[in-house]
Amino acid sequence: MLGRTAASLYWMSRYIERAENIARLTEVGYRISLTPDIGIGHREDWKSTLIAAGSYEAYLERHTDITSEKVKHFLLFDRDNPSSVRSCLETARNNARAVRTALTREMWEALNSTYIDFASVRPADLGSGKLPEFLDWVRQRSALFRGSMLGTLLRDEGFHFSQLGAFIERADNTARILDVKYYVLLPTNETVGGDIDAFQWETILRSVSAHRSYRHVYKDRYRPWNVAEFLILRPEMPRSFCFCYGWIERSLEGLSDIIGHKTPSFIEASSILRDLKSSHMDAIFQSGLHEFLTEFLKRNNIVSAHIANDFHFL
Amino acid sequence: MNTQANAKISGSIKEAPAFFDEMRSTDGSVRPAYQKIAEWMARQSRTGMARKQEEADAIFRRLGITFAVYGDNASNERLIPFDLIPRVIAAQEWRFLERGIEQRVRALNLFLYDIYHRQEIIRAGRIPADLVVGNEAFLPQMMGFDPPGKIYSHIVGTDIVRTGENAFFVLEDNLRTPSGVSYMLEDREAMMHLFPELFAAHRVAPVERYPEMLRQTLESVAPPSCKSDPTLAVLTPGIYNSAYFEHSFLADQMGVELVQGSDLFIENGALYMRTVTGKERIDVLYRRVDDSFLDPLAFRSDSSLGVPGLFDLYRAGGVTIVNAPGTGIADDKAVYAYVPDIIEFYTGEKPILSNVPTYRCSIPHECDHVLSNLSQLVVKEVHGSGGYGMLIGPHATKAQLAEFEKKIKAKPSNYIAQPTLNLSTCPSNVGAGSAPRHVDLRPFVLVGDKIRITPGGLTRVALKKGSLVVNSSQGGGTKDTWVLED
Repeated sequence: MLGRTAASLYWMSRYIERAENIARLTEVGYRISLTPDIGIGHREDWKSTLIAAGSYEAYLERHTDITSEKVKHFLLFDRDNPSSVRSCLETARNNARAVRTALTREMWEALNSTYIDFASVRPADLGSGKLPEFLDWVRQRSALFRGSMLGTLLRDEGFHFSQLGAFIERADNTARILDVKYYVLLPTNETVGGDIDAFQWETILRSVSAHRSYRHVYKDRYRPWNVAEFLILRPEMPRSFCFCYGWIERSLEGLSDIIGHKTPSFIEASSILRDLKSSHMDAIFQSGLHEFLTEFLKRNNIVSAHIANDFHFL
Repeated sequence: MNTQANAKISGSIKEAPAFFDEMRSTDGSVRPAYQKIAEWMARQSRTGMARKQEEADAIFRRLGITFAVYGDNASNERLIPFDLIPRVIAAQEWRFLERGIEQRVRALNLFLYDIYHRQEIIRAGRIPADLVVGNEAFLPQMMGFDPPGKIYSHIVGTDIVRTGENAFFVLEDNLRTPSGVSYMLEDREAMMHLFPELFAAHRVAPVERYPEMLRQTLESVAPPSCKSDPTLAVLTPGIYNSAYFEHSFLADQMGVELVQGSDLFIENGALYMRTVTGKERIDVLYRRVDDSFLDPLAFRSDSSLGVPGLFDLYRAGGVTIVNAPGTGIADDKAVYAYVPDIIEFYTGEKPILSNVPTYRCSIPHECDHVLSNLSQLVVKEVHGSGGYGMLIGPHATKAQLAEFEKKIKAKPSNYIAQPTLNLSTCPSNVGAGSAPRHVDLRPFVLVGDKIRITPGGLTRVALKKGSLVVNSSQGGGTKDTWVLED
């Protein structure tokens, strides 16, 4: 497989995953803006959303104030924002076009028809309660793409690169969401936590579609300690660090087998997974949750850079 | 059944009686090859056809079968309109075309070998030396080189027009990097999906083997340095090229890599592509990049689409470039007028397929004739392609005629002229029922260990009423082309 093809598959999957995550973040932001203000201020929450989306600075370059309308437009439709859902779908499709031969027809059709349908959506038509339906649609389309891939793609290099893109992006996304609100998860909050905190904990879980699965796993009310553990260490939670790195390691192992030696990306990913598996939340809290998350984001980026280098992305 | 719509369909058939109608004779009776198509058309309602048309457009758009129109800023990806009514070619008509095409393609490859070696045809005085050596399409760098199998143009798209019962003419030979074969294949896919019952009622010669035949053709011209199964690749200029869909389609159908110049490098006398494991050697490169962009060291130094050193490697036998560089000299519009002589010179046979009569403005008395009959002629730039920079006399305004007169006088050798051809018509789905529209035909020919011609080809149709220009860049569409088996 061409290095350029591998790069395109990797980035295609990253951008599809990002489109889905941005849609989910926007939905949570929208939900908060509809609930009665319980003292935290919506503007602060849109700011958190922008930070979690990695788009806060880009937003400030274009806007002087934060309003629901402006943020929604920026996150969903703005062509100047490289991480808007529109830009993500366009970048994903351009990458897919460049490697049509490495995709199955189902994957291409899922992605291409999403792109075509998105182009016909007029932002003005999304007022008066149509936004949630639209955001659901974005997530469904991402799920369709993923399903097409899992159902039709050969389990060869191409599959591994697609998986890597999706899980590197997902790990990055979960870490950002946690880092934006890490302070509400600190153990000191557990005893003093009031309604506002409970609301914040739920918001974090909703941002990764985990507010219901949390109850299945913990059979308990939301507790910050558990929320953090759920999203970082639980291997059965499909957006947790541990889960993402399980797949990243597996794909890099597969690629190392094809290449015939262990690549630096595989060695780094294995070491991250080993560290996660041997971690406990009390140790993480003790050495600082924020510091832990910053370090994880950094290591995740290092793995991504190694992948590009190891497989001749160019 | 909607009888009103049917009345409309049969009524509108007589729209353009001056042209050869491929479905109906002048007395209005349906020709034998179209019998079942005519019956089927009579059964279709206008709304039913409109629904099928929508379905077809959705299929093509979803598959991403789009093309880019240069100079069109509004939308740079467009669908080529697909016409639902198939064009039918009778078995005996096809056998005639096939023989004619094969003869022509064989002769043109012999011509290319001669032109790049001893130039016997010039020595014999059959064509002027200046026409060849003074031609931009002539590549002196190819002199004295023997490409594998002595084949230059492996993939050919011969453009044919019809003006009467037995009147077929070759309009262009397209020996460089002809495109359109993906439309031939996808049009057939779409038709089989939309109207399976029509196929059940006919014996239509299959076209689906084209990718496999292309693969065989490419493998048969592997370079001498290749000792095992040859590795093939398709070279594309990239996703912004107007024919990108076709490049990726063909690579996919053949199961080979689609590469760009940046993926390739030359090392120790071989061409390699950069892969995730390091590198892999390429033996045969089916390039869809023009000659001048192939190698910045040999041709245009500003090209980033090619590979530095590729041409030297080709001449050293380290890789085969398909089609060979320099084939343009044989499909140049100025050389075109000499193709009948070329056929006779190399095969000793009379040409089976005729040329369109062509006036060369480089010859003074022919030029005078062109200038005094401009409003009846089609004038083409010698090096132009795709319907750009051409004058259709009968449809031109006074200003356009004056402009071309000036251009021709300024540089006569840059132009040829041909009579306006009465292109045949086929029934086409035009919204308000069906109506005759002008068509041409591009059969696809593969030249390797043997000559393989896919039955039928791509029919392009001028969907605008009265228009004779079938190019997709000028609003033309395509339709599925059926060669009936006996």
